[in-house]
Amino acid sequence: MLLNQFLILGALLFSLGIYGLLVRRNAVMVLLSIELMLNAVNVNLVAFEAFLQNANVGGQIFAIFVITVAAAEVGVGLAIILMIFRNRTSANIDELDLMKW
Amino acid sequence: MIKLTNFAIAATETGRAAQYGEGNPFLEWAWLIVIVPFLAFLAIVFFGKRLPRRGGEIAVGAMAFVAVYAAVLFIMNVTGGVEFVGDPVEVGKIGTFAIEWGWVVDGLSSMMYLVVGLLAFLIFTYALGYMEGDVRVTWFFAAFTLFAGSMLLLVSAPNLIQLIVGWEGVGLSSYLLIGHYWEDKENSSAGMKAFYVNKVADIGLIIGAFVLAIPVGSFRISDILTAVVDNPEAIETVAMVGAVLLFIGAMGKSAQFPFHVWLPDAMAGPTPVSALMHAATMVTAGVYLVARMFPLYAEMAADARGLVITIGAITLIIAGLLAVVQDDIKKVLAYSTVSQLGYMVAALGAGAYTAGLFHLWTHAFFKGLLFLGAGSVIHSVHSNNMSDMGGLRKPMPVTFSTFVAGTLALAGIFPLAGFFSKDEVLAAFNHEGYTAVLVIGIIGAFITAFYMARTVFLTFYGTYKGHGHPHESPKVMTVPMMILAGLAVVGGWVNIPGLYTGFTEWVGTRAHPIAEHHAESFDWPVLAIGLTAALLGIVAGYLLYFKDKQTQLERDTFRIPLLWPLLEHKYYLDDLYLGGIVNPIKGPIARFVNWTNSYIFDGIVNGAGFLARAVAGVVYGVFDQRGIDLALNGLAFTTDGAGGKTRLLQTGKVQQYAGATVIGAALLVIGFVIFR
Amino acid sequence: MTVADWIAEPTNWVYLVLALVIAVSALRVVTSTNVVHAALFLVLALAGTAGLFLLLSAEFVAWVLVLVYIGAVIVLFLFGIMITRAPTGPNVEVDHQRRAPAAMAAFLIFIVTAGSALTAFGDKQISNLGRGTSTEVIGEQLLQRFVIPFEVVSFVLLAALIGGITLARKDATPAEEMAREGSDA
Repeated sequence: MLLNQFLILGALLFSLGIYGLLVRRNAVMVLLSIELMLNAVNVNLVAFEAFLQNANVGGQIFAIFVITVAAAEVGVGLAIILMIFRNRTSANIDELDLMKW
Repeated sequence: MIKLTNFAIAATETGRAAQYGEGNPFLEWAWLIVIVPFLAFLAIVFFGKRLPRRGGEIAVGAMAFVAVYAAVLFIMNVTGGVEFVGDPVEVGKIGTFAIEWGWVVDGLSSMMYLVVGLLAFLIFTYALGYMEGDVRVTWFFAAFTLFAGSMLLLVSAPNLIQLIVGWEGVGLSSYLLIGHYWEDKENSSAGMKAFYVNKVADIGLIIGAFVLAIPVGSFRISDILTAVVDNPEAIETVAMVGAVLLFIGAMGKSAQFPFHVWLPDAMAGPTPVSALMHAATMVTAGVYLVARMFPLYAEMAADARGLVITIGAITLIIAGLLAVVQDDIKKVLAYSTVSQLGYMVAALGAGAYTAGLFHLWTHAFFKGLLFLGAGSVIHSVHSNNMSDMGGLRKPMPVTFSTFVAGTLALAGIFPLAGFFSKDEVLAAFNHEGYTAVLVIGIIGAFITAFYMARTVFLTFYGTYKGHGHPHESPKVMTVPMMILAGLAVVGGWVNIPGLYTGFTEWVGTRAHPIAEHHAESFDWPVLAIGLTAALLGIVAGYLLYFKDKQTQLERDTFRIPLLWPLLEHKYYLDDLYLGGIVNPIKGPIARFVNWTNSYIFDGIVNGAGFLARAVAGVVYGVFDQRGIDLALNGLAFTTDGAGGKTRLLQTGKVQQYAGATVIGAALLVIGFVIFR
Repeated sequence: MTVADWIAEPTNWVYLVLALVIAVSALRVVTSTNVVHAALFLVLALAGTAGLFLLLSAEFVAWVLVLVYIGAVIVLFLFGIMITRAPTGPNVEVDHQRRAPAAMAAFLIFIVTAGSALTAFGDKQISNLGRGTSTEVIGEQLLQRFVIPFEVVSFVLLAALIGGITLARKDATPAEEMAREGSDA
């Protein structure tokens, strides 16, 4: 197996995630896209680990860390979305434009 | 000018061999003075809320320790002289430059330790009463302790890096304290203003430190001064540039023109903060810096000193005039502080090291006292404005008598503290040949006495005009005031030409002795003129604000509507006073200066004094409006215009931002690949 | 290495199937008009990834992915979708009007990352697989060499837990606040 076949799959997943991140209006779907991007990173980490075969299996361990952090991120992210939804009765991210000037 | 042809001989005049130095346990452990406030700060932050006085007792305890320890060091200095630099702890390294933490105990710093420690202890004790029941008392005391600790860190600094750290610490904690009541927008912007103005000036300090350190190869103050003293020609330009840059930093902290604008606004903080800031900690930092680096100014950079004395003289007169028209009692004192700092800076600029520091020493006592008195009054009547006060002599006897003691000391009436220090400053101007500055100083003495008399008469005499029932403050507040009043009376007796000049020796005990002239006796003509000016100022204040007080109120910028009808028919009687004395001082000039500062246009510029008015108008129109204001406004308009255009880019939509970020990142990578 | 050589390897057939599943379901995640469908396609993509991990002899990570992601995170997502009443009908505008710039950005990123991977690693092989990484090794490494990151991550989780609760908790209305204070007194 080539290393690159995994890396390119990772790149594909990542760019699909970016597309979703930029194009989705619903905040929950934006979060889904972010999960895709994190998953792409996991693919890369594990592929490199298999390629380098280090004794300390750092690639896999960091993949686990990424999964953990992603879980935390989803928890907080959904809580924020819930909060926004409660205050504005909409979870559409393009209606949140308070950041302008 | 001082003759510096033979430094060694000149040095023996003032310098004395220090009796205490290496090996003395008190000096070896002097770092505790700096560390204890910081530990107290942490203790207050972590445990303060659980204590019965919500952390105040830790702060007062720490300051008591500092005061006692500083007193021990000070007594050692008085009896035998101390000169000690602790073994520095190397914190880090930048190239060959070591970043060190150390502590220096010599005549100058032990004097400052005592001033800071003693004033902080008294003011903290006072604050226990003043801040009782306030919001965020714990945080107040934490920041207050940090404030004093940063100042001690600054004073103890044997190298410029540590000095900058303490300097910034003072700036930070002053920001926190000025904005203590941040619920009001005004207060938090006052804090920010102080921070910004200081920050602008700090750039000078930081660049100056590097300019000096790089050719010398060390940040240690002693190394820099040695290099300057031993081989003046070699680094003449460096010393000149460095001295000017350091002085720019000092101008910011010591509120010298044109950086004086932050200090009056800083009155937004609680009164104990103002007291400490004005008496001992923040504003004296600039004076201390110049004094610490004094050989640099004395030896090397005559031009730099010319700048110092000019700035000092301008500040002295401008701020003094402004103090005359203020209604807020704290602002009177604030402008008064700026003016007195002008004296100190001008004295140092004239080469009178001892005179400048002597004024700092006495000023600390009576200005601390005056602020505590003002705080006591404010605490009682719940207003800062003198138009809400009056007649407080009866209900607040202790505050009244101590305030008067402070006033007389500040006005420079024999034999109180301010008399000796101000006289020494004026005598130094005369001796060094700065006649113009001497004249300004004497006018300044008149103005000082005048506005202080005005403050006393408006606050404590006449009839009470506020609401509520004024009452004397509790013991915890009055006792510190009484102690300070005692010091304001006797504080000047440590340096009487011809009788006892201990102070000169105290502050002269340092590694690089100061070469300066010391008078054998009083400069009698200057003394007589200065004292007369002060007395005249008080008499003028008495005539205008006591004898014809109500008329005066009618003419004041800040009026009380209820009193108008009563005042109207008395108007012509006072034309003589008004035309002759008040208006040339108080009316046009002061109003113009006030106008330039606070942008309050008071269209009623009347009375006599056309000449003064014309001069002031030219100064104002050409210098201030066309110069400073035009530059500032131009900058603001340009920024505003550019912002108006670029703000269209900011749609506020997160995803557009994210898209731009992603595309930008990709393009950057492609760019790196192509242009590798 | 030629295409023939590549196809000759049996593991590559497995890879191809999994990659196809992942790519298609990932595409559906970002294009589906139904939020629930998008979440379920994410499950599929993640399951495919878990399969890839098994192929790369990273069993532990694969099962963690299944348990944590598919078991927990997706359920959380579905709850989120329900609570926010996200539009689920087919005719809802779930996307922005202008998709071209987003597609361009995504394509640029793909070019950059894939291009750099191709230039950097050429036809480097992943070999000596198949013995698998034992969970024991991972556990040892996690608690020895990586113990500090491990603790940090645990702290992050704790912070996220508290943050999630604080954010999602419904604040009491003033009336309820008063009622509570009244009962205290």
